[in-house]
Amino acid sequence: MFLLVWQIAASLADSRLLPTVTSVLRAMLQQTISGALPWNLAITLGRVAAAFTLSLLLGSALGIAMGHWRRLDLLLDNLVMVLLNLPALVVIVLIYVWFGLSEIAAIAAVALNKLPTTVVTLREGARALDPALAEMAQSFHMSRWRTLRHVILPQLAPYIFAASRSGLALIWKIVLVVELLGRSNGVGFQIQIYFQLFDVTLILAYTFAFILIVQVIEWTALQPLERWAARWRR
Amino acid sequence: MDCSAAAGTLGSAMAEMMLRLHIESKSFRTGRGELPVLGRIDIALGAREIVALVGPSGCGKTTLLRIVGGLDIDFQGTLDWRGAAMPRIGTVFQEPRLLPWRTVRQNLMLVQRTENPGLVNELLHTLDLAPFSDAFPATLSLGMARRAAIARAFAIAPELVLLDEPFVSLDPAMAARSRELLLTTWRARPTAALLVTHDRAEAAALADRILLLAERPTRVLEEIIVPQAMCRSDLMP
Repeated sequence: MFLLVWQIAASLADSRLLPTVTSVLRAMLQQTISGALPWNLAITLGRVAAAFTLSLLLGSALGIAMGHWRRLDLLLDNLVMVLLNLPALVVIVLIYVWFGLSEIAAIAAVALNKLPTTVVTLREGARALDPALAEMAQSFHMSRWRTLRHVILPQLAPYIFAASRSGLALIWKIVLVVELLGRSNGVGFQIQIYFQLFDVTLILAYTFAFILIVQVIEWTALQPLERWAARWRR
Repeated sequence: MDCSAAAGTLGSAMAEMMLRLHIESKSFRTGRGELPVLGRIDIALGAREIVALVGPSGCGKTTLLRIVGGLDIDFQGTLDWRGAAMPRIGTVFQEPRLLPWRTVRQNLMLVQRTENPGLVNELLHTLDLAPFSDAFPATLSLGMARRAAIARAFAIAPELVLLDEPFVSLDPAMAARSRELLLTTWRARPTAALLVTHDRAEAAALADRILLLAERPTRVLEEIIVPQAMCRSDLMP
């Protein structure tokens, strides 16, 4: 429906600034055949995956620790709040300036932007852990690993999923900015080039390919995983 | 072991004694200072004896069980396991405290230190839970969940079972049925047991000995040895 309205509007407007759906699809196909689109998509997705994993692991560990130990929470709470409110662009620029325009700096900048929200979400999760179940595990002398895996992580699962959802959404956006500012490949870099060339068709072609991939990940990975983790709920 | 033998442990067979608990005092720290909960209490427990602790609610019975279970170590007194190491203790909490994301069978398997599917199957069968082995706890009735918690306590082949009001808020028929199944389980694998309840009839139906507790700070008011003829008689096959 949306695509149809767009197609008709674009045909009527007949402007370089609003290409038709068919011309965008044609551009996508051409870029795919030339290899440029898959190559840049893969690079961007790699950065997304690295930054996502890094921020989720570090943020979860820190958030759980802060939810568990009140002193650590008091110590780090201010820092987390500052990071939470610091504009993404500031973090990116500072990290590039301090650590150079490298791959590691790019990924670190993205991860650092996502870190505080993960910390805050998982801290809530750790605070909501049921002490009755912890006591049960203790009374049966369950090992630390068993307790973590079977008692604690299932209680944190909804929080981890919430952090992943919002995390992916945020990270896609920031990765493109990071690429635009300091990398020489990836979807963000391509969009910058086509922006300078005023080539809306190609900008939209890359955007579409990207949206498509995000949706596929959502349908094939996130949603089934979430259903599986919640299968015990009535 | 039947009642007469159990009662006999009181006088003679100290060798069969597994626990001597001596509490001098126990208090909780509150904003306004110390709140005494338990007074001087001495409890001896035989290796296969069921002792019921009966008292009004809020009198510190649960605290007493937590001390025996090693969950609360902040008290004045001694917990003497007769020279042995702390025994395996299976606890049945007042709420079932099953892991909602694990099936009934998994809940039992998870507390075992070495997996023993045979014992798990036997317990599920004895406690009438076999058809619900692979169900998640959310689909169980309260009575079934309580029985699953009892099965879990026995799944570690315990030497001592702590039961904290295991049948409270069940309807009388369900409670009676659950008591019967508990005894069937216990007869197949006799252990020492401390049963906390506010229901004297339940205490008399299950225990060899009843300790009546007085309130605040809690102490033993009276010890009643359940007469042989009465002990578990209405539930005997």
